[in-house]
Amino acid sequence: MAKKKSTTATADRVNKRIRSRDKETLTKIVKLADHVATSAFKGRDINIAIPTRTRSNTIWNRKRGILQMGDAKATRELFNLNQAKQFMQTMLHSNSIKELIEAEKTLSLRGMFYKGLHTIQGTRDEKTFTSQDESDAILEDLEVSLGALREELHVYAKKRGTMVGNITIIDSGDEIDCRRMGSGGYAVPSITEPDVIQFKKCEADFVLHVEKDTVWGRFNEDRFWEKHNCILTEGSGQPPRGVRRLLRRLNEELGLPIYCLLDCDPWGHYIYSVIKQGSISLAFESERLAIPDAKFIGIRAKDYEECKLSDDVQIALSDTDRKRANEILNYPWFRDNKAWKKEINHMLSNGFKMEVESLITKDISYVTEEYVPTRLKKKDWLD
Amino acid sequence: MASVVKSSPTTKKRETAESMAARQKEIAVSEFFAKNRHLLGFDNPRKALLTTVKEAVDNSLDACEEAGILPNVTVIIEDLQPDRPATAKQSRYRVTVIDNGPGIVRKQVENVFGRLLFGSKFHRLKMSRGQQGIGISAAGMYGLITTGKPMVIHTRPNAKKPAHHIELAMNTKTNRAEVTVDEETEDFPPRRFKTINTGTRDPGFLNPEDYITGTSVSIELVGRYQKGRGSVDEFLELTAIANPHARITFVPPSRVSADEDEDGPLGDAQKDATPAQALTQEAAHTPAPGAEAPNDIDPTITTIEKDGVIFFPRGTDQLPPETREIQPHPKGIEFGILLQMLKDYEAHNKTGTLYNFLQERFSRVSSSKAAEFCRGIGVHTRTKCSDITPQQAEKLFKLFEEAKLPNPPTDCLAPIGIRQLQAGLLKGVKAEFYAAETREPAVYRGRPFLVEAAIAYGGELPADQPARVIRFANRVPLLFQQSACSSFKACTETSWRNYNLSQPRGSLPVGPLVIMIHLASVWVPFTSESKEAIADYDEIRKEMKLALMVCGRKLGTYLRKRQKMKREAARRDVFERYIGEIAKAINAINGTDAVKLYDALLAEARKRTAIADAELDEEGRMVKKDEHEDLKDDESVVLVESRAAHLQEAAGDTSAEPEAPSNGDLVKLSSRSRKPKRKAKRDRDVE
Repeated sequence: MAKKKSTTATADRVNKRIRSRDKETLTKIVKLADHVATSAFKGRDINIAIPTRTRSNTIWNRKRGILQMGDAKATRELFNLNQAKQFMQTMLHSNSIKELIEAEKTLSLRGMFYKGLHTIQGTRDEKTFTSQDESDAILEDLEVSLGALREELHVYAKKRGTMVGNITIIDSGDEIDCRRMGSGGYAVPSITEPDVIQFKKCEADFVLHVEKDTVWGRFNEDRFWEKHNCILTEGSGQPPRGVRRLLRRLNEELGLPIYCLLDCDPWGHYIYSVIKQGSISLAFESERLAIPDAKFIGIRAKDYEECKLSDDVQIALSDTDRKRANEILNYPWFRDNKAWKKEINHMLSNGFKMEVESLITKDISYVTEEYVPTRLKKKDWLD
Repeated sequence: MASVVKSSPTTKKRETAESMAARQKEIAVSEFFAKNRHLLGFDNPRKALLTTVKEAVDNSLDACEEAGILPNVTVIIEDLQPDRPATAKQSRYRVTVIDNGPGIVRKQVENVFGRLLFGSKFHRLKMSRGQQGIGISAAGMYGLITTGKPMVIHTRPNAKKPAHHIELAMNTKTNRAEVTVDEETEDFPPRRFKTINTGTRDPGFLNPEDYITGTSVSIELVGRYQKGRGSVDEFLELTAIANPHARITFVPPSRVSADEDEDGPLGDAQKDATPAQALTQEAAHTPAPGAEAPNDIDPTITTIEKDGVIFFPRGTDQLPPETREIQPHPKGIEFGILLQMLKDYEAHNKTGTLYNFLQERFSRVSSSKAAEFCRGIGVHTRTKCSDITPQQAEKLFKLFEEAKLPNPPTDCLAPIGIRQLQAGLLKGVKAEFYAAETREPAVYRGRPFLVEAAIAYGGELPADQPARVIRFANRVPLLFQQSACSSFKACTETSWRNYNLSQPRGSLPVGPLVIMIHLASVWVPFTSESKEAIADYDEIRKEMKLALMVCGRKLGTYLRKRQKMKREAARRDVFERYIGEIAKAINAINGTDAVKLYDALLAEARKRTAIADAELDEEGRMVKKDEHEDLKDDESVVLVESRAAHLQEAAGDTSAEPEAPSNGDLVKLSSRSRKPKRKAKRDRDVE
């Protein structure tokens, strides 16, 4: 009984905080609309400033070890042929978000696409949005230009990613014991902010994050997290914001080290980079998503010889792979890291890439019983 | 051409020169052409029917013009086997062509209709349709060969005397006519034709008052009547375009032959049939009353089809200017011809001097020039032609080549004229843009010629097909062998891409385009006796290209302007489209008055695009007084705005139901009126 009461109290407190945050967001949206209206009545240029989310506007903060967004802003003008439609879409979504906040409801990205979708008045069949991609991009624009997070806009992405391990959490008031999640694991929601998820009890010593659910399944079946007292997560490729935020919080709030087990290819390397330093397109979120001391334990280019893998596991590097690898080599946060430079060059000189699954050729549970424990023991990882 | 020597094939027994000589004999030209009738355009039944009509109509028009009579020509095709099975590929037809020309005197009838290579037009240099004196006799010969029926001729050279009724058959062995019927009759034009169908019973049809003098020729032949490309219908339609002074009446046969693919002088006839069909069908459109038209041209004159009679009315009462016959130009002859001319002159005038010969038998040789030539070859001005040695003649020929002489006179050429070309195209082609150009006369091989070109673009023409080329030589439509024709080459060699049209390498431009080319000359160099294609002389092709380029430039200007208007319209439209949405969204967010905001935004949008309107165009000129205005002042250009439908659509008024195009209103482009008209509608949208 007492427990329940306390959760309700927490929820109330959280709700209060949300309301104050929502108010802030609302003010920002109204300010945006006022700006447009005033410009129109005063005959000024009608535009909104949107921070640019490109490589050129991404700053590598060496000291903090994260990527940050620069100050460059692009103006989105109504009276510009290429921007007029986007301008209109921005206004439509601003209005949708206002409605969502007022109704205290949330919508998925897909939902937002449908919320804004209608035939433009006065045209035969021109739609406000032609695809969800258009809508998604506008929402990201709004996030950065309003300086509000997606969840603050009452919008969430499709959930992706799984967790299991020695931890008990509270998700929207429900207590979840991640030790008892069966074979499927706990599906990480897209919003993992403290007002949604609280950590109740954690015994784990570290977190092992793997690239995809097939590998995760191997570890879960072998009860790796039980034997090694850890938390096991997976992000289905490039981890979504929910997983990254959760990892960050596990690292920051509970002090757990994060170890990543990813493929030995440019995409695996970049996933690690995103987890560690943040991504270019979400540089403005690095502050709360990046985990500068995340470690990369494999697969390594040297593993082909070290683990005596057979020729069959080699996947030849394509031209795109080589191009991407060289691009990554040139990112400042890789360029200054000698070990990583060596790693990528090693892969390039190997001429092939390897997936985590390649270790299965040694033995079905080689990766859980031999590979990861050894690496952890030897502290053999890349930082 | 008159004598062709035949060598016999080798047989088992060796021939001697004597035995071969026994079989070597002269061949009558008629025999030669009877065997080689494809040379004259009688390759297949369909073409034979067309060629017969064509030769007769050409003769009629030539005769009328020479006599200074406004031509009335009636073409009647009777189907003599109307009950034939549907599968029959061909039928027997009787083609009759009646004109109101000067008629033919009795004693010449046999020669004109019963002999090949007999005519008034071969030996002179004068612009006319017929040239060789083969056509009508060959048609008669073809009829005789296929049906055994003689030609029936009615001719009345004198209005006060009875007409002659003559029936004759050509003896191909001798190239002479054999007359079977020869009588006098008052029955002209023959009353028999008045009873063919309801249309022909009309008192206006073959009204004797319109045919005071004239000739009627009937030929029975095996042929095939079909519509579409290369048909009699198309020929007459195009003839009407190029001869607006002629009134042509056509009574088609009651039945059209079943479609056959294999009969194809035009490989792509099937494919190309659409535009031709469109041409004949759409010709009957009636423009709205009160439409403004270019001067002198009555746009209400259109083809009328009623009760089985197709009537191409007269567009103008002015005969083409009378053309003069000219003497050859010294630069246009060959050495052999010079010798022959000298001989002819000698025979004609025993004591004629070279000095006189040069002045009389050549054009552009003045007395001083003639004296100069005489001095040049070292003879006296009183030296007789008979005393000129072959060496001197050769030297004279060389002097001709080197001499500086004015170009041959050009009053021997009668262009159709820009206005008439446009009238013809306006009548037959539903486009939005028309431009025409008449070039100054030029010279090939010493013969003057003149090129005219016209183009029609857009409107209802098919947009995804190669341009259609309509060719004329001395006002006669050329329907076959397009790709062998100089005009076709000129079309493909012109860079249409410069004028904003797409053009695959080495082919015709693709787009809603009709190209019309007319070559007028005292001697049109055809590639064959059937007169289907113009030989490819560099000088001719160059002139054609220049004419096309003039038209093309105007089209390019129009298209560029149109594109610009489209772009600007699209620009303004984009803004206006989104403004309503924005106003509504902002109203929902902060309660700003949506209507006021909408008006403010709209005003701003107008202001912005107005600035854009006044900006400089691609060539750096102010758009305000622009090229389009120049086009308006250009009388060689006609624009039909209502047919520029895509323009209006591009102007972006997607909400409006398309305005019903007021039919055929000819506008010399009335400014940019379409721009500011959408406000009212917009205002309703925002509550």
